[in-house]
Amino acid sequence: MHVVYPAIVSALLFSIGVYGVLARRNTILVLMSVELMLNAVNLNLVTFDVWLRDRLHSGQVLTLFVIVIAAAEVGLGLAIILALYRNRQTVDLDRLRALAEPVDTEAAPTGGTDTAAGRRTGTRAAGDGNGDEERARSEDGDEERARSGDRIRSERHVRSRDPARSPGAASGPAAPLPGQADRAGEIP
Amino acid sequence: MTEVPSYLSPTGQEIVLLLLGAVAVGAALLVVTTRQLVHAALWLVVCFGALAGSYLVLTAEFVAWVQVLIYVGAIVVLLLFGIMLTRAPIGRAADLDSRNRPAAVLVATATAVVLVTVIVDGFRTAYAPLEPGAGSAKEIGSSVFRNWVLPFEVLSVLLLAALIGAIVLSRTDIRGRE
Repeated sequence: MHVVYPAIVSALLFSIGVYGVLARRNTILVLMSVELMLNAVNLNLVTFDVWLRDRLHSGQVLTLFVIVIAAAEVGLGLAIILALYRNRQTVDLDRLRALAEPVDTEAAPTGGTDTAAGRRTGTRAAGDGNGDEERARSEDGDEERARSGDRIRSERHVRSRDPARSPGAASGPAAPLPGQADRAGEIP
Repeated sequence: MTEVPSYLSPTGQEIVLLLLGAVAVGAALLVVTTRQLVHAALWLVVCFGALAGSYLVLTAEFVAWVQVLIYVGAIVVLLLFGIMLTRAPIGRAADLDSRNRPAAVLVATATAVVLVTVIVDGFRTAYAPLEPGAGSAKEIGSSVFRNWVLPFEVLSVLLLAALIGAIVLSRTDIRGRE
């Protein structure tokens, strides 16, 4: 057996894995591409073990270890992906740009655009597990808070008229809203 | 260095390995280019199966069966569960590729060209005569439990840590400290 043949197969598999990691958007597809790269390494290890006739069988034993580590990696990776999906409702790598928790008053450069606001409120509303009604309401609150800004203290009687709106809007940590919910109860 | 047989008269083993390699590379290409998420996982099964066949041809029997058991049996099933639990679109999805696809094609082609060139240049004269039995369960088992005991045990601790980590990550009622 010429060593070149399996080595070339493994090089091609590795390149395909590189392409998959770079070009795919779905996180699970990226994990599959990582598996392809690990398999390319495994094929190389087995090939060179057979070629060098290692007395300790280093290549094949290391292949077994790599397989086990790949299993652990896939398990953990899928757990992370599921946690990600629970929090953000997407596994799309192009849309997972924020490293921080999605807060309402983050200093995003695209602050006022509709898509950013919709995405943020969407992820927040998803935490409650409710549907479009909650999302629309919190989007309302988001818009209102963006408009009123620091007038929010002076206008709290406006908010207190609609008690259902206040808890939905109060989940943002930046505005002094949690305390305001209590005060809103005192006013009447 | 022993005499290297000619490339023009391939043995049967080489032909089988090249066919299996072609299947593996083709299936891998389909994994990274298909438009359907579930089909990608199923092509991954084909790719891993062909690789297991390659291990068999290379006389690494035990590794081949472990590959079938763990990769085809466990990892692909795990990936399929992940696809289902993230409510991925069943059927054709148009947006599985990101915008930097041309750059990815460029990088992957460059990687392939460099690797294949270096491998052909470096291992053109390498020849490994195949002798059956070198990768049997007996040989590998005695090697693992004589020379590789410590890494083996460390690996079991790693697996335990990964197991606990996966449980902690996927439970929703465990919160971090405030």
